[in-house]
Amino acid sequence: MATASDFRTCPTTGLKVHSAAENLIKANAVVAVVFLAIGGLFGLLAALTRWQAVHILPADWFYLALTAHGLDALLVWIIFFEMAVLYFASAILLNSRLAAPKVGWAAFWLMLIGALVVNVAVLQGGSSVMFTSYVPMKAAPHFYLGLIVFAVGALLGCGVFFGTLVIAKEEKTYQGSIPLVTFGAVTAAVIAVFTIASGAIILIPTFLWSIGWISNIDTLMYKLVWWAMGHSSQQINVSAHVAVWYAIAALVLGAKPISEKISRVAFLFYILFLQLASAHHLLAEPGLSSEWKIFNTSYAMYLAVLGSMIHGMTVPGSIEAAQRAKGYTKGIFEWLRKAPWGNPAFSGMFMSLVMFGFIGGISGVVLGTEQINVMMHNTLYVPGHFHGTVVAGTTLAFMAITYLVVPLIFRRHIMFPGLAKIQPYLFGIGVLGLSVFMMGAGTLGVSRRHWDISFADAALSFDYPPAAFLMMTLNGISGILAALGGLAYIVVVVASVLFGKRVEGKIELGSGAGAAVAKYGSAGTLKIPGTAVLVAVFFTCFVLYYFVNWKYLSELWPMK
Amino acid sequence: MAPPGKEDTNDERIPFMQRLLDNPFLLLFLGVAMPAILYLIWGIMEIIQIPVAR
Repeated sequence: MATASDFRTCPTTGLKVHSAAENLIKANAVVAVVFLAIGGLFGLLAALTRWQAVHILPADWFYLALTAHGLDALLVWIIFFEMAVLYFASAILLNSRLAAPKVGWAAFWLMLIGALVVNVAVLQGGSSVMFTSYVPMKAAPHFYLGLIVFAVGALLGCGVFFGTLVIAKEEKTYQGSIPLVTFGAVTAAVIAVFTIASGAIILIPTFLWSIGWISNIDTLMYKLVWWAMGHSSQQINVSAHVAVWYAIAALVLGAKPISEKISRVAFLFYILFLQLASAHHLLAEPGLSSEWKIFNTSYAMYLAVLGSMIHGMTVPGSIEAAQRAKGYTKGIFEWLRKAPWGNPAFSGMFMSLVMFGFIGGISGVVLGTEQINVMMHNTLYVPGHFHGTVVAGTTLAFMAITYLVVPLIFRRHIMFPGLAKIQPYLFGIGVLGLSVFMMGAGTLGVSRRHWDISFADAALSFDYPPAAFLMMTLNGISGILAALGGLAYIVVVVASVLFGKRVEGKIELGSGAGAAVAKYGSAGTLKIPGTAVLVAVFFTCFVLYYFVNWKYLSELWPMK
Repeated sequence: MAPPGKEDTNDERIPFMQRLLDNPFLLLFLGVAMPAILYLIWGIMEIIQIPVAR
């Protein structure tokens, strides 16, 4: 049982901070950043290899680097950071003690051991099966074992989160409903439980197959169940980064959601429908019916997309409402022009919001439509799409909130503020280029995960159009930009945590930030004309791009 | 103090949607059951009905 001495009161937000939660947030965030550095390095090597004029890695190292990049950047960095988000959104925002801190530490060590074991397996060279590890490609047994151990740790972390919700309710540390950021974290944790259970269902038999106890794993069954984990793990990210958007808007500007109820219903759409979008990876499989494919993508997935579109309106809407309340009312966009663009937490969050919607969101709907998916299925368009969601969306949002976590939780001032100011732009522009040029190359037919698109030593030659090579060059240059942005982030964060000046007293945040992030409540206004214009621009782009793809399809299969 | 004729509203019925959204374990059940039935079980049923090649 925690005593009063286990808590401190944050002088900036007024929130009670349980030291056990604070230590776990620090540990998970630090390890997350280390794995981001490792995953980012392998990502740069992969991008430079696919730049045909550079082609830096030999084939075996390329597939090794791609496997490590996928695992570390898509899974380990993000899930560790999400654990920090779950502990923050439960214990800190609800003014509660953390449930079972020892279980939280067990979760942390299991995740760390699992991640290290997987990395060792990949670096030993016998497990270059890439992130999806499709059977019958077989990795070393400790590759699967490491993933299982990591998943068990993450499941324990989710248990600590739900336990903390129970404690907070029992001990009445908050009144009424939980705040929206915590509700977003609940959504992420719910999806995480389904994701991890699916992972266990498929990875445990695959591990037994790798040690010879099971003779065969059906390839289609593997794909079906694996994607319930593989794609759903990215839906944890979406829920978590949307919660982070609301948290940053509240902390930096004191912004409250336009309507708590509407935003919570949008999260409910995620809980009910978002995970079904896993089916879009199986749209080209002949063994599954059109009914299954179309229900899970073109019907259910659109309800989840509706949830994202609600958030896409209410997050900028809440920022506009807060800015207008401060007097930025001139014209339609004064609130946006006068926003704190020099604050990396805000600029990173807003770029994450825009790129997630325009790049990741629209391309996701295109990939989720069975008929037009076939034009881009398993091309480089797919990594282009998910770099728009997971890197531009999640990673950039997590980077942005780090600029608040360091002073509020680590209690250190940000070092190199000039570098911190440009870091989100550097990373954001790099990732924008990565997404757009990969999607461009994919539209020209360039396959994903291919070491050499010139097919130099292939028995049957094939020539991609010269524009495809240009796209891969621009992709490589964008990769360098993104890597520089990632390096700047790591330099700033590591230097600040280790050598930053200690925070004494308050730091500068939006007025009423503590109440805005930790209490249920709405802005209570719909005077958001600037947001309405932004939403209209988004819908125009969405409709145009969607129907342009149908036009491409009609040219692919002419009706005569 | 409540105005005359008005009772304390603490026993007012909480709307269904609010009760749903305030119950994380019900949300957990729904969030696991929906994809388990519509994506996993339905998909597995279809795969096991594929005839075995001879």
